[in-house]
Amino acid sequence: MTTNGRRAEQRPAPGGSVEFDADVLVIGGGPAGTWAAVSAAARGARVVLADKGFCGTSGATAAAGTGVWYVDPDPALREAAMANREKLGGHLQDRRWMARVLDQTYQDGNRLAAWGYPYPVDDSGKSQRNSLQGPEYMRLMRKRTKQAGVTILDHSPALELLVDDDGAVAGATGVRRQKHDRWTVRAKAVVIATGGCAFLSKTLGSNVLTGDGYLMAAEVGAEFSSMEFSNAYAISPAFGSVTKTLFYGWATFSYEDGSVVPGAASKGGRSAIARALLQGPVYARLDKADDNVQRDMRASQPNFFLPFDRTGIDPFSERFPVTLRLEGTVRGTGGLRIVDDSCATSVPGLYAAGDAATRELICGGFTGGGSHNAAWAMSSGTWAGWGAAVYAGQLGPARQRRLASAGTVAFRNRSSRAFEPAALAEAVQDEVYPYELNYFRHASRLDGALARLDAAWADASAADAADEDNLLRARESAAMLATSRWMYRSALARNESRGMHRRDDYPDQDDRQRHYVTSGGLDEVWTAVRPHADASYAEAAE
Amino acid sequence: MIEVIDAERCTSCDICVNVCPTNVFDKTDGIPVIARQSDCQTCFLCELYCPEDALYVAPHADAPCPTDVVALRETAALGSYRRAVGWTDETRDLRGIDRSYLLFGH
Ligand SMILES: Cc1cc2nc3c(=O)[nH]c(=O)nc-3n(C[C@H](O)[C@H](O)[C@H](O)COP(=O)(O)OP(=O)(O)OC[C@H]3O[C@@H](n4cnc5c(N)ncnc54)[C@H](O)[C@@H]3O)c2cc1C
Ligand code: SF4
Ligand code: SF4
Repeated sequence: MTTNGRRAEQRPAPGGSVEFDADVLVIGGGPAGTWAAVSAAARGARVVLADKGFCGTSGATAAAGTGVWYVDPDPALREAAMANREKLGGHLQDRRWMARVLDQTYQDGNRLAAWGYPYPVDDSGKSQRNSLQGPEYMRLMRKRTKQAGVTILDHSPALELLVDDDGAVAGATGVRRQKHDRWTVRAKAVVIATGGCAFLSKTLGSNVLTGDGYLMAAEVGAEFSSMEFSNAYAISPAFGSVTKTLFYGWATFSYEDGSVVPGAASKGGRSAIARALLQGPVYARLDKADDNVQRDMRASQPNFFLPFDRTGIDPFSERFPVTLRLEGTVRGTGGLRIVDDSCATSVPGLYAAGDAATRELICGGFTGGGSHNAAWAMSSGTWAGWGAAVYAGQLGPARQRRLASAGTVAFRNRSSRAFEPAALAEAVQDEVYPYELNYFRHASRLDGALARLDAAWADASAADAADEDNLLRARESAAMLATSRWMYRSALARNESRGMHRRDDYPDQDDRQRHYVTSGGLDEVWTAVRPHADASYAEAAE
Repeated sequence: MIEVIDAERCTSCDICVNVCPTNVFDKTDGIPVIARQSDCQTCFLCELYCPEDALYVAPHADAPCPTDVVALRETAALGSYRRAVGWTDETRDLRGIDRSYLLFGH
């Protein structure tokens, strides 16, 4: 597949801006965005992809690399793969979606091989396709996206969506931060693929992920789901950014005095690490890895070793301090609610893919890190791109639609009080980082945090428009703030512990709450409960 | 965070300015400058794209860690990540040696 000859058209625009006409605009150029762009172009759409950073290096996958839920189409293997995390996810997954994601991921993984991804070959001669090196994968995806005829705008964060008179999404505008001007793309459909929200915690590759797509989507009325499952924390050396956690499966965790932290483990014992960190420093040593494993580790994740090699630490024989960095919805599972198989959101013309969308359908309430998220990014990207292109095709030739900007906070002059992005971002971090607030939740503590966050929202939305230099940072901090409020409001709506959502005041899972929590709203945040698919089928059968 | 642009190696190709996801560098008439160090997310990706191995990212994410370029040249650190992922001519073979499939499920 090469270019279909149909490219987005650049239109004459006033000085200080560029404008394009497209069928589909993809916002975000990680795996979800690039798969969406390639898929939409394959359906004949004229596509623009805008990324805040550089499509190919930006986002969690490019920096980190991912294990992938790639499973051979052997019924027994597929069944085991689906059953594997069902309990951990609190039985909120949906079997039909798991099966379709496994199918699509298998196809997309094989396409990568055909495109030249250098998968390793095992001793029996079999190509192994359940892991992707981030830089290699995303360099290839950028190349394929370009070859598909997609117009890529790098360093071009989207700031707000455009809507037509009927409220359908019809494009977006943003800034070109290296050219110091504005961009506008008029499109018949938009795919939000801006990743999750990691609250600027410096978890690997994720500082570009501030929930911008959530904010933009909420401004046009989109809904969220499973936002309570947004408190994923990942292990890293205390000083470093490399939150790759697989190898901590071979670690022993200890207190300052050298004694072992009881129950601490990367898998199934991370909360013990969090509790210990509340008391003081925690150390790790990967002392369970033998020479063979050590060699395989070096070959598999060169980035894991950068913090050690560059500080002269031998992680296999020496103890090093560790911390837990918040990854929010990046390795959580909350995001925009998907309403059909094409990954449409609840707003016409708006589609969501990757971490911007909820991963509840395949992960339930347990992290999608390690394999599921990567599979979801490919699959949902492929579907959302296709769905958006089909929708665009049905709209017919570009009507002269009157478009309005949907942006709210940081765009309005209201009080002659300046918007202070850095202070706001810190205020949000103060409410979402602490383990005693977010890892271990309790109604009384959540109430307090929410009161402060709601007040911060009232403040921010009453502040003046941010100036050009501050606009991106202002929108990012507002997006983090909005995300934190859906997150905690949803956490309060789930009076039980399930998946990664852990309530000290409701430590057990409650069978009656095997449902999804929907949320939304900006000035007024709301939540509602939706039945799990199994329950709706049961009702239909009655 | 990004600490070093080695002026002896840098050819002012500006690739790093383009590829850094958090827009840390600025172009100049000559060698780029680290204009917004505090925005650096310590992702090490600029090192992979620098064809001259002129960049060094210290592994400390939360605070700067001033690094002496002369001392650095004595070590094998410059370009070490690029070599490790197989993005140099001499290390090409390393692109396909991922052994993760042996480590998953531990
Ligand atoms: C350290 C780490 C390890 C992980 N390991 C695994 C694993 O082993 N297996 C697994 O399945 N998952 C893993 N994950 C999760 C996985 O990386 C993500 O699920 C995946 O990257 C999601 O893809 P995405 O395209 O949705 O988002 P991303 O890859 O994060 O890309 C989002 C893109 O959107 C852009 N963007 C953001 N805001 C804007 C805006 N306003 N305008 C324009 N563009 C914008 C960003 O620049 C970025 O390029 C890991 C995550 C981390 C942090
Ligand atoms: S990529 Fe390397 S050589 Fe090119 S400008 Fe940057 S530092 Fe210099
Ligand atoms: S480490 Fe990453 S964020 Fe920092 S300068 Fe290099 S590319 Fe940019």
